[in-house]
Amino acid sequence: MAEFVRVDSSTSGHTMDKSITLPPDEIFRNLENAKRFAIDIGGSLTKLAYYSTVQHKVAKVRSFDHTTKEATGDNLYEISMQEEVTARLHFIKFENAYIETCLDFVKDHLVNTETKVIKATGGGAHKFKELIERKLGLKVDKEDEMTCLIKGCNFVLRNIPHEAFVYAKHADSEFRFQTTQPDIFPYLLVNIGSGVSIVKVESEDKFERIGGSSIGGGTFWGLGALLTKTKRFDELLQLASKGQHTSVDMLVKDIYGGSYGSLGLTGDLIASSFGKSATADKGETWEGPKFSKEDMAKSLLHMISNDIGQLACLYAKLHNLSRVYFGGFFIRGHPVTMHTITYSINFFTKGEVQALFLRHEGYLGAIGAFLKGAEEDNPNQYSWGENYAGSSGLMSVSPEMYPMQRARSGTFSFDMLEMDRLEGKLVNLPLLQDASSYIPDTVDLTEDAHAREYWLYCFEEALDGVVQRAVASQPDMPEAAERAEKFRQKYRHKLQTLRHQPFAYGSLTVRSLLDTREHCLNEFNFPDPYSKIKQRENDMALKYYQKAVKCLDELSWEERQYALVRGVLAGNVFDWGAKAVSDVLESDPEFGFEQAKRQLEERPWLVDSYDQWFERLKGPPHKCAMFFVDNSGVDIILGVMPFVRELLSRGTEVVLASNSGPALNDVTNGELQILTESIAAMDPVVQAGLREDRLTLVQSGSSSPCLDLSRLDKVLAMVVRERKTDLVIIEGMGRAIHTNYYAMLSCESLKMAVIKNSWLADRLGGKLFSVVFKYEVPATSQHSAALTPS
Amino acid sequence: MAFNGHQRDDESINEDETPTEQPQSNKEMPGCFSNDPNNEAAASAGRATSDRRTSYSTARQRSDSVKKTRPPFPWFGMDIGGTLVKLVYFEPKDITAEEEQEEVENLKSIRRYLTSNTAYGKTGIRDVHLELQDLTLCGRTGNLHFIRFPTHDLPAFLQMGRNKHFSSLHTTLCATGGGAYKFEADFRMMADLQLHKLDELDCLIRGVLYIDSVVSSGPSECYYFENPTDPDRCIQRPYTLENPYPLLLVNIGSGVSILAVYSENNYKRVTGTSLGGGTFLGLCCLLTGCSTFEEALEMASEGESTRVDKLVRDIYGGDYESFGNMMSKDKRESVSKEDLARATLVTITNNIGSITRMCALNENIERVVFVGNFLRVNTLSMKLLAYAMDYWSKGQLKALFLHHEGYFGAVGALLELLHPS
Repeated sequence: MAEFVRVDSSTSGHTMDKSITLPPDEIFRNLENAKRFAIDIGGSLTKLAYYSTVQHKVAKVRSFDHTTKEATGDNLYEISMQEEVTARLHFIKFENAYIETCLDFVKDHLVNTETKVIKATGGGAHKFKELIERKLGLKVDKEDEMTCLIKGCNFVLRNIPHEAFVYAKHADSEFRFQTTQPDIFPYLLVNIGSGVSIVKVESEDKFERIGGSSIGGGTFWGLGALLTKTKRFDELLQLASKGQHTSVDMLVKDIYGGSYGSLGLTGDLIASSFGKSATADKGETWEGPKFSKEDMAKSLLHMISNDIGQLACLYAKLHNLSRVYFGGFFIRGHPVTMHTITYSINFFTKGEVQALFLRHEGYLGAIGAFLKGAEEDNPNQYSWGENYAGSSGLMSVSPEMYPMQRARSGTFSFDMLEMDRLEGKLVNLPLLQDASSYIPDTVDLTEDAHAREYWLYCFEEALDGVVQRAVASQPDMPEAAERAEKFRQKYRHKLQTLRHQPFAYGSLTVRSLLDTREHCLNEFNFPDPYSKIKQRENDMALKYYQKAVKCLDELSWEERQYALVRGVLAGNVFDWGAKAVSDVLESDPEFGFEQAKRQLEERPWLVDSYDQWFERLKGPPHKCAMFFVDNSGVDIILGVMPFVRELLSRGTEVVLASNSGPALNDVTNGELQILTESIAAMDPVVQAGLREDRLTLVQSGSSSPCLDLSRLDKVLAMVVRERKTDLVIIEGMGRAIHTNYYAMLSCESLKMAVIKNSWLADRLGGKLFSVVFKYEVPATSQHSAALTPS
Repeated sequence: MAFNGHQRDDESINEDETPTEQPQSNKEMPGCFSNDPNNEAAASAGRATSDRRTSYSTARQRSDSVKKTRPPFPWFGMDIGGTLVKLVYFEPKDITAEEEQEEVENLKSIRRYLTSNTAYGKTGIRDVHLELQDLTLCGRTGNLHFIRFPTHDLPAFLQMGRNKHFSSLHTTLCATGGGAYKFEADFRMMADLQLHKLDELDCLIRGVLYIDSVVSSGPSECYYFENPTDPDRCIQRPYTLENPYPLLLVNIGSGVSILAVYSENNYKRVTGTSLGGGTFLGLCCLLTGCSTFEEALEMASEGESTRVDKLVRDIYGGDYESFGNMMSKDKRESVSKEDLARATLVTITNNIGSITRMCALNENIERVVFVGNFLRVNTLSMKLLAYAMDYWSKGQLKALFLHHEGYFGAVGALLELLHPS
């Protein structure tokens, strides 16, 4: 054989490595309850998927039966830790070299599964079929690769916010995440594996491979190996990122001496890929340039990326599609190829089409194969959420951290994605003015470096307090301290990761930082560290309810309206989630409602549309108000409930929307039900409201201190429609400032919050305890609800 | 586009029971060029201007008027591409004794040098088989010669021009291609020649339309492959480019340009790709150590691409991966140079086919003419393109080829010299 093709010499990248010990706490979690396996084996990476149930503790509240003397002390309700089983999808990605080790591990840890088959897809499924069947004792059931890919793609686009992103190498933040579209179809998926497949996806089950190309990742790899004698894909990419293609390619200026002006082709455009290497060795007098490996790899990368980009554009144009997603091993988190593909798309469409990439692109096949196997469970009837505690996040862009290099250092490297099944299906708030452009978060910390620095610092600072409270919430459990320590490490590690890779889980926001913390707390069985605090505060506040209502009733109508608003705002000062406040609360438990009122900023407030609100109140009552509530204790009982009571008295129906699960000291739907009943027992207005179904409670579908109006419980959305909701009230810093501050609704809205963070207050031009009272009426409709027909 | 009394021809043609398509196509052709007046086929095909049908006096009249604007010899058209320089030279065969006496020595010497050789220096070549004989151009009859040499030998060419005192002839050298811009200063400094620079796409289209109109003797300029999907029955057939518009013109030189042509003066560049002839040769040189296009093609014809490409289903389904097998070390070691050359050729060609097909669909054009020097002596690529167009369009799309493959730009440049637009 000729010398020029003898490329590989020493090591092979695919030798089985059994010396690796897998970290059991971190990988293949919850295997003991695993059922439904799926596997996607690609050219170099294996993706294993399984469905499992996670048992974790949840804090449940239960009302005491006050007729018997069951109750101890003055508590209104009891808190019990219960084991709850939730569904979780696990996806693990590792190099094919470890497939045997991993299968052994799975076999050893699999306890009582009734599973008999494993769904398999990917080019390697056939090659490893025998091994899988032997090791796992499961029958390999092959699924079509493209079907799996599309199913997986639909699933992530629908369920993971910030799944898709635009890559901009030279921008402040390289990743610009896209908001989830209410309708994900139609789109074009360009899968760049060894070859290229171009698929048009029109609906969940309707897709068509409309084209393809033989020039793909395999061409880069194969030709690259021949040209540079470098055999690994990642190494080739690294070579390419260091090379200069201009020494190999014939540019327009090599032919024209400059640009080809009349066609608008600039001199730097490639006229002929590898065009210079043709003339290099010719003529005795002309000594051609020596081509470096780097330069050839770079030229090859450009050639292939440009070609794929061009074809993708031609297909997008022909089929009139503007959303084009790129995936496949050629792309898979490699900034180099994402950049060249993006460049190509921009060039060929003059910016009309954007190249979109997916955070979990590597998992699509495995997700799809899993979904094929789980069709009888109808997984698409649920919404799923990415678990930030269990998922690895997007790989680093720095070349030093390429998976290849970590693998080389001898440690087993893997990547994980975990998704929790949420109760029911999450949908848009029907009252969003434009669901497709709605962005919940007010500040994108991925782009705002200054804000990012502050919040990461802030969450790091608050960590000790969170750990202490977590331990304190479980006084009867001696190992709580140990678990809390693990929580601390996990969350601190997440914060550190986010400091270096703010884009790891999509756009970094205060909401995502809060949610990540909740996920980590849950992970270590601290489902509700504030349960006791909430209980104490609720009990305390209830005692003042009647007195507070009586005081309000004594005021004139005008005075009362103002006092009610001040009450909501003062109540909102009570917030364990805000550091400035939790310090005061902890040092001075007697900090009372009246003190809070005194603490409030005097009018005019930082954002003050009280006069407009007051004018509105003189008009006809609203048909129905949807109130997204915030904290337990004083906030809900002495602030919100009197306000609600007034609305009811005016003849407005009220729907109280509270969290499905615990987050900080936010009142949960379970707690609120007990509290409302308890208040009803003291207050005929509230009682009548409940009895006549003019006061209802719904859960938001969320367990976050923030609020994403595009992911709400289906029942809530139904209630909004049925009751013809014409007023939305959002309360608190998390829901009305960190999120939804700019949310545009199609009905009247009221956003109320007290800024309990001096940095944020400063940012907004206010000071600590500044008030935001934002009453908005959509431009199109006054008074009447503008429900968009569904 | 200028006229030169040709409109009158149209009238006479109409009176002469000529098929109705003729006037239209005549209008589009530069009037002062015509092929052998004795050729019946051309006239009946309506491709060419027919002097035969014009009355003697009209021809005489025109000849006189043309003479005044006729540029002095020598007549050259030049296209300086990224890889090759293409040169067309008109050799007048109707030189009178009187003229011969007047003719300066170095003009004679140039004519003799070009017409008596078929190779120039180490790399210059005259494509004798493409020569167009007895061609009438601006009232002169002669032969059109087609010459090419590598662009990197342009300095030697300029040196020759200097040695032969080319500049003393005070001729205008019409040149197109990027090199006309890049080397303009070199022409001036090294050979004291002033270039008249022309847009390459304008020249290309003009050249294609002209050559197609004048070639009628022997095999027709345009041809296609019958039964492209059946290798055993695939044969080359002449094609008559009647009503050529709209037309997709794919020029495969070092790189590729794709033009949608609606009339001689109405066209647009739809797109282009950098994966062209230069890529084929460049990659072949790196992969096999070859150094010429002919060598690379020779190897490709002996190779087997499927040992290099990764076949997933079958090659006709298009679902294969170029060089995919080369990801594997074992397969890299067992592959031959010939296989690599073949795979490179197939990959580049199919990619051009694929992009062309998409452009044809987007532009709603059903006829594609492939030109450019990548197709020279490259039947393999032509058949692949013919196959791809036919297969993917289910017979809707026709791939057409022209015998003078890479010379149209140079011809267009010559036409500009004789007949400024």
